[in-house]
Amino acid sequence: MAPLFYIFAALAILAALSVVLQRTPVYSALSLIVVLCSLAVVYLLLGAEFLAVIQVIIYAGAIMVLFVLVIMLLNARQETPTDRSRLARWLGAPLLLVFLGELLFAVWERFPSASTRAAAAPDAGPRAVGALLFRSYVLPFEVTSILILVAVLGAVVLAKKRL
Amino acid sequence: MVPLAHILALSVILFGLGAAGFVIRRNIITVFMCIELMLNAVNLAFIGFSRYLGNLDGQIFVFFVIVVAAAEAAVGLAIIIAVYRNRGSLSIDDLDSMKL
Amino acid sequence: MATGSDMPLLLLAILAKVGVVLLVLLTTVAYAVWLERKVVARIQSRWGPYLVGPHGLLQPVADAVKIFFKEDIVPTEVDRIIYWLAPFLAFSLALLSISVIPFGESLTIGGATIHFQITDLNVGLLFVFAVTSLGVYGVALAGWSSNSKYPLLGGLRSSAQMISYELSLGLGVVGVVMLAGSLSLREIVEHQRGLWNVFVQPVGFLIYFTAAVAETNRVPFDLPEGESELVGGFHTEYSSFKFAMFFMAEYANIVTVSCLATLLFFGGWLGPVFGPSLLRGLLPIFWFCLKVFCFLFLYIWIRGTLPRFRYDQLMAFGWRFLLPLGLLNVLVTSLILAWRSV
Repeated sequence: MAPLFYIFAALAILAALSVVLQRTPVYSALSLIVVLCSLAVVYLLLGAEFLAVIQVIIYAGAIMVLFVLVIMLLNARQETPTDRSRLARWLGAPLLLVFLGELLFAVWERFPSASTRAAAAPDAGPRAVGALLFRSYVLPFEVTSILILVAVLGAVVLAKKRL
Repeated sequence: MVPLAHILALSVILFGLGAAGFVIRRNIITVFMCIELMLNAVNLAFIGFSRYLGNLDGQIFVFFVIVVAAAEAAVGLAIIIAVYRNRGSLSIDDLDSMKL
Repeated sequence: MATGSDMPLLLLAILAKVGVVLLVLLTTVAYAVWLERKVVARIQSRWGPYLVGPHGLLQPVADAVKIFFKEDIVPTEVDRIIYWLAPFLAFSLALLSISVIPFGESLTIGGATIHFQITDLNVGLLFVFAVTSLGVYGVALAGWSSNSKYPLLGGLRSSAQMISYELSLGLGVVGVVMLAGSLSLREIVEHQRGLWNVFVQPVGFLIYFTAAVAETNRVPFDLPEGESELVGGFHTEYSSFKFAMFFMAEYANIVTVSCLATLLFFGGWLGPVFGPSLLRGLLPIFWFCLKVFCFLFLYIWIRGTLPRFRYDQLMAFGWRFLLPLGLLNVLVTSLILAWRSV
């Protein structure tokens, strides 16, 4: 079980590097889909089976389809590198590594490797998640449904050629 | 089982890569995709904690993050389409007319 | 959880099951093509394949040999990586969803019990929807990477159609899930021992089947790949083996959808069971295959009979009729269930 986590974690990191470094937007989008699917496998390994499938259906299967269709519609070409700031280019990568190192150090200190985790995974099937969602969290649920309605209306109005 | 620190380390690395991409990239759609990468890193951290603490609240939050990300992607891409129709370019270097 | 000692044996058993199921699926796909040609031919008052083998039964073999020897033409301006990726993606996703489909109950030979299912996920139904959602990419990427007018239009239209009808597909099934109280396909079938779901959820079945026909890009919803409308749709620029993969992916999707329709609405493998225990183990598989065959025949019958929808009619039907009907079905089902449990 544990080696599978490391395999898919490595795949996720490689695909994320590909998202950031690829010149063509379509390849970035496909790499992002690989990241999403490997994260879904990681969720499954961590016991969150319902969320793993939801991640694939909604994130990889609907949101990323939207991205890919917009890229195709707008015919996004390869991007030309900019040379606005030489300082950013030379200072950027080291600063990023420092930032990551700081966060990793903070995480390592707070949760040392030997810390124990809950013995049994909570039952994260659809029934348990649904029970929690519709009892304790019913207000955020209703609010997000209104949010989605607003988003749909907004997207239609913004993308229309003529109202 | 996988130690919590390793899960959070993966989350941190993905978040850092997303943040780096957000700052470096010039194509507006790629910038948007790096935002989604950051959101996923946060989702992973939530699920890691949910497993660590043994309750499902983290997973409920991930559910809401996914829903909000969907709404945001829809509206954001509609804005990008509108901007492309008006300015004719997808490079953020050409879209900085509000800068001083 | 399997202990360390019988892990290799378990793995071997799973691999054997996967091999058998894939073999059966690919043969079914090949002969579904034969069945389609024969049935559509009879509907049109002609014979269909007749010369190769008795009643054309060796026609799929002849077609496979032909496809292998055909010249593989790759246009110069295509996006190479994605042009190669798209058919393999479509084909592998089409084969993936068979892994959670149960064919029958279990059979006990000697000491070993064989479950006729590769894996029983307790979110099995959602897994099939996940694979269906990913299947949109095969079509969209094929259309885009071909770098040509007709494939691009066909690919965009087809992917828009597929994501629109995914919603109705899911809604048609929610009623069944509420009745069975589980997303595991085996439990949904077990719940139908008293009465098949099609009698309890007729509207759900119609919604599911209509949306499924639209999802698999079949007549009357096949405008994106209709020959007389868009040359070939998204697979215009593909030839030989890659085209064959798209073709097989479409038929594998049809088989998967038919299997799901029998599992969700027609009682899966449930049917009269009698005789010695070996027969008892194999008869459910026979009933399952019979029902799936009936659905395949229904698909082909519809193809031979109905004309094609126009694209705007197609999208209007999906969003303005099927989706509200699905929501209404969920509402009524949940009201009745809540009233009954009070």
